[in-house]
Amino acid sequence: MTDLLKLTAKDFKSDQEVRWCPGCGDYAILAAVQGFLPELGIARENIVFVSGIGCSSRFPYYLNTYGMHSIHGRAPAIATGLASSRPDLSVWVITGDGDALSIGGNHLIHALRRNVNLKILLFNNRIYGLTKGQYSPTSEPGKITKSTPMGSLDEPFRPLSLALGAEAGFVARTIDSDRKHLTSVLRAAAEHQGTALVEIYQNCNIFNDGAFEVLKDPETRDSALLRLEHGQPYTVNGEEHVHDVTDPDPTRAFALSRLSEPTPIGVLRAVERPSYDRQLNAQLEQAVTERGEGDLGALLSGSDTWMVR
Amino acid sequence: MTSRVEEPGSTFDESPGQRSPAKGVRRLDRVVIRFAGDSGDGMQLTGDRFTSETAGFGNDLSTLPNFPAEIRAPAGTLPGVSSFQLHFADHDILTPGDAPDVLVAMNPAALKANLADLPRGAEIIVNTDEFTKRALSKVGWQADPLDDGTLQEYRVHPVALTTLTVEALKETSLARKDAERAKNMFALGLLSWMYHRPTEGTETFLRSKFAKKPDIAEANVLAFRAGWNYGETTESFAVSYEVAPAAKAFTPGRYRNISGNLALAYGLIAASKQSGLSLFLGSYPITPASDILHELSKHKNFGVRTFQAEDEIAGIGAALGAAFGGALGVTTTSGPGIALKSETIGLAVSLELPLVVVDIQRGGPSTGLPTKTEQADLLQAMFGRNGEAPVPIVAPASPGECFTMALEAARIALTYRTPVFLLSDGYLANGSEPWRVPELSELPDLRVEFATEPNAPDGSGDFWPYLRDPETLARPWAVPGTPGLEHRVGGIEKQDGTGNISYDPANHDHMVRTRQAKIDGIAVPDLTVDDPSGDADLLVLGWGSTFGPIAAGVRRARAAGGKVAQAHLRHLNPFPANLGEVLGRYERVLVPEMNLGQLAMLLRARYLVDARSFTQVSGMPFKAAQLAAVISEALDD
Ligand code: SF4
Repeated sequence: MTDLLKLTAKDFKSDQEVRWCPGCGDYAILAAVQGFLPELGIARENIVFVSGIGCSSRFPYYLNTYGMHSIHGRAPAIATGLASSRPDLSVWVITGDGDALSIGGNHLIHALRRNVNLKILLFNNRIYGLTKGQYSPTSEPGKITKSTPMGSLDEPFRPLSLALGAEAGFVARTIDSDRKHLTSVLRAAAEHQGTALVEIYQNCNIFNDGAFEVLKDPETRDSALLRLEHGQPYTVNGEEHVHDVTDPDPTRAFALSRLSEPTPIGVLRAVERPSYDRQLNAQLEQAVTERGEGDLGALLSGSDTWMVR
Repeated sequence: MTSRVEEPGSTFDESPGQRSPAKGVRRLDRVVIRFAGDSGDGMQLTGDRFTSETAGFGNDLSTLPNFPAEIRAPAGTLPGVSSFQLHFADHDILTPGDAPDVLVAMNPAALKANLADLPRGAEIIVNTDEFTKRALSKVGWQADPLDDGTLQEYRVHPVALTTLTVEALKETSLARKDAERAKNMFALGLLSWMYHRPTEGTETFLRSKFAKKPDIAEANVLAFRAGWNYGETTESFAVSYEVAPAAKAFTPGRYRNISGNLALAYGLIAASKQSGLSLFLGSYPITPASDILHELSKHKNFGVRTFQAEDEIAGIGAALGAAFGGALGVTTTSGPGIALKSETIGLAVSLELPLVVVDIQRGGPSTGLPTKTEQADLLQAMFGRNGEAPVPIVAPASPGECFTMALEAARIALTYRTPVFLLSDGYLANGSEPWRVPELSELPDLRVEFATEPNAPDGSGDFWPYLRDPETLARPWAVPGTPGLEHRVGGIEKQDGTGNISYDPANHDHMVRTRQAKIDGIAVPDLTVDDPSGDADLLVLGWGSTFGPIAAGVRRARAAGGKVAQAHLRHLNPFPANLGEVLGRYERVLVPEMNLGQLAMLLRARYLVDARSFTQVSGMPFKAAQLAAVISEALDD
C-alpha cells in the first residue's frame, strides 16, 4: 500500500510526455491538479480520470492514476457506469466546451440531474483547439473562425446556467492561471457528495489567445472579477447580498451564472442531495435484506415447472 | 411421462365442473390455435395463459405473438389487431405452425386480418356481439360475413362472448364495461374446455395478478369458469379434443416454459454468478428488447445493477465504464440502437475490455417494423464500425437457447477481453417453448483473473496493460483499486505491450492484425451436421431464429424421400473452424435467411462456395411448408 501521507505532486505525474502547445492553459491546470490530489488522501489506485476528446481530454495520460481517454462527448456516461458500480472510487471527468456542451450535451445534463458522484472539470477555452480553431458552443456571437468567416450566428451557452437548469447540486467557476483559487474550488468540489461541475476558464493561446485576459490582467481583474465566498457579502447592481452556497433555491445562483460584468468566480452553489450511486447501491442492499441473496437455481426454475422422467 | 399429467378431466373435479360423458372426445396429435382481437382485448395474456397450461400439461409447444407497434391502435381497425398463435403437440415440434386449425376472433377486424391464413375446414370461434354494422363497416365489410357465405369453407362457432360474459358476472358488483373486459377469460375457459387444458393454474394466476383488486380477480375467474361450462353445456360444441403429452419429445429433467427475452435475462444473471462479477446493464428502452431491462431490474438481490440511460449511447457507455471497473458490462437494444452504439463498440474493441452487446433484431431499415422479426443486422454487427474493428457474434437458434448463448457471449467477452454481439430477434424474444431447467453444475465456469502484479518484461516493475496472453492474445484486466497497476487506456492507437500512445505505422499495422487475429483465434465448437442418410447432396444452412422452420421444412422434405443435410450456425464470427470443410462436402448449399442474403454473402466471400439464398423480409418467420417446397425444388435442380 502506498503511504497516503507521503504522496506528493510527483507521485501523480505519469511517465508520458505532455503534448499540449507551449503556453497552453492546460499546463497550469495539470500542475494544480497534480498538486492538489495528494491532499485528497486517496490512494492513486482509487482515483480514476475519464475524458472525452479534445485538447483537454489528453489530461488522463499525464496523471499516474487509473484513466480512460474515451470518445467525443461520452465521458460523463462512461464515468456514470464506473462510479455507479464502484462507489469506492473517486471518479473525475475531464472535458472541454465542445466535448461537454456540444457533442456530449445530453450526457452532461443527465449526469447532473442524476447526481452521480462525479467531479466534472470543464475546460472552457471558447474554441475548438484540437480540430484547429472552429467556434464552439461558448464562443461569443459574431466570432470569426475558420468555420465562420463572416462571424458565428449561434447564441452561446452559459455553462453554469445550463448546469443549474439541469438540477446541478454543485457548480463553480475558476481560472487556469489562478492556482490558489483553482485549488480551493477543486477542494470544494471533491468534498461535495454528488455531481460537481467546475468550469475552468482556460486560455488557448493558439486559437483564442487572451479570451480571458481582462479577468487575468492585474490592471483590470479586480474590477472584472466578482470573487464569491460563502457567507461573505457581494454587491451587484448596487444591491448587496450575502453569498449562501447552500441556498436550496437556485435563483440567486442562476442570476450569478448569467452575470458577466463582473464575472463571478468561486462556488455558486453547493447543495447536497442523495447521490445516484449511493441510492442505487442502497437498493441492492435493500433487495438482499428483503428477499435474501439471489438463488440462481430457484430463479431458473420459477414457480411453474413440471418433471419429465 | 410427465408427472403433472393426471387423468384428463380429473383436474376439473372441483371447478369449473364435471366433464360430461355424453360429449365426444377426439384425439389429435397436434393443434395450432390463434387468438386474435383488438390490442385492448388481452389476446397476449390469453395466449400466455393457454401456453402455461399447455406447457404444464406436458405438450411440446411453440408460440408466435404478433402485435402492432402502437400501444392502442384505433379500436376495431385492421392495424389494431393483435394475435397470439400457439402450436402444441404430442410429439416434438419446431415452429408455431404454418396455419391455424382454430381461430378465435374477438371482432370483425380480427376475423378479416386472419382469414387469409386459415386453411379450409378450420374452426372459427367468433364473438358475434362485436359484429355490428358499424364494426363491420370499419373494416370495409358491407355484409355480415357470418351469414353471407364468406365463411362457408370453415366450421364456424358463433358465440355471443360479450353477452355471455356480462351475464355470468351479473351477480358481481362490476359495472358493465368492466364485466365486458373479462370476455377474453371466457374465451380462454371455452378453449380450455375444448382442449382439455388444466385450469387451476389460470385461476391461481388470476388471483395473484389481481391480488389488489379481489373483485376483478373473482370476475375473471367467474368468466373463465363460465367459458368452460359453456363448452360443456352448449350444443354448438359437440366434441372436445385431447392432445396427449409429448412424452418422447423431452429428455428427462425439470421443465418450464420460457420466452427468449426471459431466457436471455436469466442467462446474463447466470453469467454473472458463474464469473463472480457483478452484472451491470446499461440500456435505453426499445422494442423488442425492453423486457430484458425490465426483467433484470427485478433482480437487484443478485447484485444486478440496471441503469436506464438518457440514450442508447449512454447505455453502452455506462456498461463499458462498469466493465473498466471490473463488472460484467452488458447493453441491450435493437438494430436502431446498435447504429447509435457503433462508436462505443469501436472504443471497446480498442480498449479490449469485455462487453456483451445484445441486439434483438427487428424489421428495418430505420424505425422499420418495431414489433416484427428480421435478421438483417448480421452485416451491421459484422462490419458496422469505422476502421478494422472485428467483433465476435453469437446467435441463439431458439427461445431457450437465448440462455445458453448469453453465457457463451459472456465467456467469449471475458476470455478474450472483447465486445461480443448476441443477435436474437423479435421472434425468439417473444416466442416461447418448453425449456429444460439446467442444473447449476452444468453451467460453464466463467471465473476470470484480474491482474494483480506488475508485468513489464523489462523487470522495471511497471504494468503493461497491453501485454498479451500468448494463447488467447487477451490483454490483462487490471481494475481500479489495484495498487501499482495504475494505467491509462484510450481509443487512440497504442503501442502493443506498453499501451502508450503510438502513431508508429508498423505498430498500427501490427495492432490491427493482432486485434483481428485475437478474434479469428477464438475457440468455438465445430459445426455439427444432421445428415441421416449420410449421402445428401444438399446442405441447408441457417443461423439464428430460422432454425425451427428450417428443421421442420427439412423434416418434411425427408419424409417425402429427399436426401437433405441440415446445419445451423450459432457462431457467426468467427465461424466454426470446420465450416469450410462442411461446405465443401455438399454439391449444393441453400441458405434461408430473413434478410436479403447476408450470411450467404459472407459464405461466398469467405469460402468461395456457390451458396444459394432463399430470403424473406416480411416481418414474419418462415413457414415449414414454404421451406419444404424450396428444399424440394433445390433437390430437383
Ligand atoms: S490548441 Fe489550444 S487548447 Fe489545444 S493544446 Fe494548443 S493551446 Fe492548448
